[in-house]
Amino acid sequence: MNNNLKILLNGLIKENPTFVLLLGMCPTLGTTSSAINGMSMGLATTFVLICSNIVISLIKNLVPDKVRIPAYIVVIAAFVTMVEMIMQAYVPSLYASLGLFIPLIVVNCIVLGRAEAFAAKNSVVPSMFDGLGIGLGFTLALTLLGSIRELLGTGKIFDFAIYPESYGMLLFVLAPGAFIALGFLIAIVNKLRKS
Amino acid sequence: MAKLESSLKNMLLSLTAIALIAAGLMASLYRVTSEPIQKSKEQKSVDAIKAVLPAFDKIENDTANGLNIYKAYKADGQFVGAAVESLSKNGFGGEIKVMVGFDAQGCITEYSVLEQKETPGLGTKMVTWFRPQTEKKKSLLETIFHYEVKTPEKQSSIIGKNPAVNKMTVSKDGGEIDAITASTISSRAFLESVRTAYNAYAAANNQKPTDANSGATQTTEGNNNEQ
Repeated sequence: MNNNLKILLNGLIKENPTFVLLLGMCPTLGTTSSAINGMSMGLATTFVLICSNIVISLIKNLVPDKVRIPAYIVVIAAFVTMVEMIMQAYVPSLYASLGLFIPLIVVNCIVLGRAEAFAAKNSVVPSMFDGLGIGLGFTLALTLLGSIRELLGTGKIFDFAIYPESYGMLLFVLAPGAFIALGFLIAIVNKLRKS
Repeated sequence: MAKLESSLKNMLLSLTAIALIAAGLMASLYRVTSEPIQKSKEQKSVDAIKAVLPAFDKIENDTANGLNIYKAYKADGQFVGAAVESLSKNGFGGEIKVMVGFDAQGCITEYSVLEQKETPGLGTKMVTWFRPQTEKKKSLLETIFHYEVKTPEKQSSIIGKNPAVNKMTVSKDGGEIDAITASTISSRAFLESVRTAYNAYAAANNQKPTDANSGATQTTEGNNNEQ
């Protein structure tokens, strides 16, 4: 159990996918225009990550080494598509807010990266905790980045007005602001990690 | 169980099996979910019609100028208005789809943006910009320091206006509507889709079309050709 907790925290801080591993940059930059968007993307990815890690650690012995990558990609893509269909059919309100992000998860290399680096070498329970830890780390990073961009760009955090919108720097809502904010965040996190 | 070795037979079998299982699962799930998905899509369009029209009892589908029109009637047959699903191809990020509601006189009752790919923070403001200005909520800092930042008055509401009487173009082009700050192209495209909607409404109800400019009519003709 103690070991599982360590795996969980490892994903949150030491191997944070966004700030340390620098994986999944495309959805990171694209979906963090507001705090709520960032958090939604993070949570959707967490769910897929946990499930794909479980499935891949279960089938790891049935997949010969030389074809493991295509096999994992099929598993992940099938999984994401099924989540999308179920969501669209039975929880349309959730799909309306998250639907845009779901296809992005397939191309998110965090999912494949964790399948390859962790789930393919470990058993089911640690793999599940690794998925949870990495997913939460991703969610944390995206929420933080989204909050900063939303605050600087529109004066709000989670739609709660901090200062008048007319004083906001629109740059931070647009793509260049994402690069700038992410760069500063990575620098700060690295500084904190090393000291 | 030991790991399967990478022989041709194993690789072939394992990949085929995984692909087959994945395809089978998705196909069966598709059969189960396709009906609810279709229903929820229809529900969404019904909700959009309800949101832009005054209270009504039944809906009659119609088309004019290649656009879908939903005419609304009371139970006693009285015409209360119509919702028009309109579009413009001249948005900053491509196509803009809107649902515009008109009352029986042709005044705009409400609108709803169905689809748009405008710049976040600029063109996307169209979702609320063309409604009457609401009471501004004070931000945290303004409340703490008892200070109010004044925002300039804008004449941007299209609600209650009749495109046959009011000139539905941005003020820069001599119209009555103030464009979204820094998003004139998005505003122009939005108003174009509103004029297109009104022309379809007018054609379906034998009313005078808007003469604001010919751009709107051209777009509808373009749609007709495509369909």
